[in-house]
Amino acid sequence: MGFGKFLERVLHLVPVLLGVSVIVFIMMALTPGDPVQIMIGDQAITPEQESALRRDLGLDRPMLERFFVFVGNAVQGDFGESFYHRRPVSEVIAERLPATIELSLVALIFALVTSIPLGVLAAIRKNSIFDRIATVISLLGVSLPGFWFGILLLMLFAVHLNILPVAGRIGYASEIAPITHFLLIDTLLRGRPDAFLDALSHIVLPAITLGLPMTAILMRVTRSSMLEVLQQDYVTFAEAKGLSRRRVLFRHALKNALIPTVSVAAIETGSLLGGNMIVETVFGWPGLGRLVVESIFLRNYPLVQAAVLLYAVTYVLLNFFADILYTVLNPKVKL
Amino acid sequence: MTNVAEISRPPETIFQQNLRNFMGNRLAVASTAVVFLFILLAIFAPLIAPHDPNTTDLFRRLQPPAWVEGGEWSYLLGCDQLGRDILSRIIYGARISIFIGAAVILVATTIGIIAGLSAGYLRGWVDVVISRLVDILLGFPYLIFAIGLMAMMGPGLINIILALAYKEWVIPCRVVRGETLATREQEYVEAARALGASRKHIMIKEILPNILSPVVVVSTIRMAHVIILEASLSFLGLGVQPPTASWGSMVSDGRAFILESWWVSTFPGLAILLLVLAINVAGQGLRDAFDPRFHE
Amino acid sequence: MSALLDVKGLRTVFETRAGTVCAVDGVDVEVRRGECLGIVGESGSGKSVTFASVMGLVRSPGRIDAGEILFDGRDLRKLSQKELRAVRGRDIAMTMQDALTALNPALTVGVQLAEVLEAHDETLPRGRRARTRAIRERSAEILGLVGIPSPDSRLSQYPHEFSGGMRQRIMIAIALACRPKLLIADEPTTALDVTIQAQVLELISDIRAKLGMSVVLITHDLGVVAEHCDRVMVMYAGQVVEEGPTTEVIGSPSHPYTRGLLGSIPRLALRGQPIHPIEGQVPDLIDLPAQCRFYSRCADRTDACLTPIAVRQVGPHRKARCILAGEDTQ
Repeated sequence: MGFGKFLERVLHLVPVLLGVSVIVFIMMALTPGDPVQIMIGDQAITPEQESALRRDLGLDRPMLERFFVFVGNAVQGDFGESFYHRRPVSEVIAERLPATIELSLVALIFALVTSIPLGVLAAIRKNSIFDRIATVISLLGVSLPGFWFGILLLMLFAVHLNILPVAGRIGYASEIAPITHFLLIDTLLRGRPDAFLDALSHIVLPAITLGLPMTAILMRVTRSSMLEVLQQDYVTFAEAKGLSRRRVLFRHALKNALIPTVSVAAIETGSLLGGNMIVETVFGWPGLGRLVVESIFLRNYPLVQAAVLLYAVTYVLLNFFADILYTVLNPKVKL
Repeated sequence: MTNVAEISRPPETIFQQNLRNFMGNRLAVASTAVVFLFILLAIFAPLIAPHDPNTTDLFRRLQPPAWVEGGEWSYLLGCDQLGRDILSRIIYGARISIFIGAAVILVATTIGIIAGLSAGYLRGWVDVVISRLVDILLGFPYLIFAIGLMAMMGPGLINIILALAYKEWVIPCRVVRGETLATREQEYVEAARALGASRKHIMIKEILPNILSPVVVVSTIRMAHVIILEASLSFLGLGVQPPTASWGSMVSDGRAFILESWWVSTFPGLAILLLVLAINVAGQGLRDAFDPRFHE
Repeated sequence: MSALLDVKGLRTVFETRAGTVCAVDGVDVEVRRGECLGIVGESGSGKSVTFASVMGLVRSPGRIDAGEILFDGRDLRKLSQKELRAVRGRDIAMTMQDALTALNPALTVGVQLAEVLEAHDETLPRGRRARTRAIRERSAEILGLVGIPSPDSRLSQYPHEFSGGMRQRIMIAIALACRPKLLIADEPTTALDVTIQAQVLELISDIRAKLGMSVVLITHDLGVVAEHCDRVMVMYAGQVVEEGPTTEVIGSPSHPYTRGLLGSIPRLALRGQPIHPIEGQVPDLIDLPAQCRFYSRCADRTDACLTPIAVRQVGPHRKARCILAGEDTQ
């Protein structure tokens, strides 16, 4: 991609990101309940103290000014104070973020390693048993409510069979001093394979629950793009060259068929963000998603505001990334 | 003269042809029947439900389904932690799911058609404003946007509908805009323009009827998605408030009892799956039959 | 000497929802060693499917229903997939209509050339280093042979970085990499500009002479056939309707369809005279009636044409499927 084209897309991001922050700001500005009252809670304070607090928080300024202050601070990573934790919001979020990222990545890997082989099999053996299985999974993927599927998995594997833990990221016995804050990596870095397995057993069910809808979508994309690619002249030409079936399928067909899969995967990684809230709630996963849900009930609005903005920005950037990835992967799109 | 009847039968319209295609898809027809069954359940809930959905009975607390030891046939699917009949609550819960699903789709499709037609036909600044807004709304993951709005507006039936419709209209809007862009250059539209028809007339009488079927198909399939979103909000406690029965909150209720009382979560979730699956299959059948681009 | 390729009674059908389409119906083809055979017909005449059948590249829902495909004395239909793959690309090679779609957009030209050598060339050295170098040298040599300037540096480029004519040459280079005995060129010039068309056809003729291979030139352009082919075979609706030496067939066509094709070519020499396109369309290939397939479009039809028409011998080396031509061979 030329630099001009790239710059054009980057410029396109600006109004979207600005619009997103306006909406997040309005969302919270219109939220009923006075933040000062919420902060004060049951403490008795004088009206002077109250208006001083209001001034400190900048709540006495006009709306537009407050918006620019909000955006200005947000760009510097300052989202104010978490009422509940009495600590900066950014600090609280940073603490919870690794758990969420780890879960999302494992779910992404799960989705990729299941969807691509099945999608390819469904395409090259059209109308076979694999194709049927693929159809059923893709229907279930869009029809299963994630929270219920998670509970079913818990009832089966944690309660009935009792082979996997019910909640959390790792057992007490396996807790280790963090390095990267990704437990699957830290346990290995600390040379604790037992703790690694423990962390793995905790993440399996949440990752499957989170990844299933993505599996369904990626499988459908892979199947249909593989079917399309197999019809292409270059596949026939590759066969006419007398290449092995494996080479025709994997080197010639799959390489092209995966271009849409990869870029849809990048887009769908954004959708995992929403799923995180549900899955983290079901599996007691100590990540950002659950923190947001809890914060809503605690009326901890600065945190909710920051998290929604963070999610939205990540989502926009992932879409942007998917767009770029598609162009980079596809040599046909002129550089 | 045996073939008089054959000759005098009027030729099939495209709609009839598509309908016949659809009726040939047995799975889709069966799914449509399931959807209608749920709609009937919702409408006639007071007549069908064996018990009042909100009557608590502490003696029946976590009573198992009829076929399990300790169950009884008048409480077919067992009772929840407050001794309420799960079957009756599922039947009443259908009202919430279907009402919210239908209302969101109705509102969103109406807005989406108006916005999409205007953007696609009028172009210019209208298109710029609408497309920008669509871009921005697409910048939010759906559930997170809805959660943010629910946090702001507080729980309640109308608020859920609004929270979901605020973003949902983007989808029919994009479909309509794309179709309108493709249609506005067609000869019959050009002809109407040449004859001096007003823009409103062209948009409503010439373009709209021709782009309606993809919109209907998309909206049908989206309804499945909206029902899951509503259930997810209810599951998180941001949906319809207790004691009103909704499937999502029923699954959430059962979460505390999965160790011994599996039925509390299982059956309401099954109801969601069944309805959503039926809508999806029926919607795909509609798409295959009515949207020419999907004909193989 | 026996023919290089001898196809007898080939029948290839496609199962569709509407019924069985018989795309190739009882076709006999003979390709002699070193000759260039032209296959002419409209789209849908079965000319491409015939040679896809020869290559074993008919895709589902299509299948070969009957017939023998003797290549160098071996029936290709009796070979296993593995044995057939050893023939494809090494003994029989194929080029397609448009190199833009026939070359894989995601692989470099070098990779696409190397893999065919890798698959078939037994003279390559065994050691990895030497092998890679040998493949690279051979690839550059072959690209040079088809007239790509500075071939060595262009191996690492992707197909879209070449011009249309260059791409066509690259495709031909890949097909010829293993010096096949038979090249099937399916509409090699349709996608090209007129000036480049001539160059590409010259290239094929040159290499044919150099390698002594046989060429089957599938085209709908009788002009191309007249210039490059020793013999010609005209196909219509899945059948061969006329075949013979090019000069004879073009000089005095026996079948009304061949005459129609000749009449529809705009020619400089005949400027001012009207062009006569053949009226009507190729019949639906499902449930064909047992009669002359050209009946509905034929100016000379009689009631006798409503019976099945056999191939008749017209001259010492000529055949035609028309009751008005020559005599019944049976």
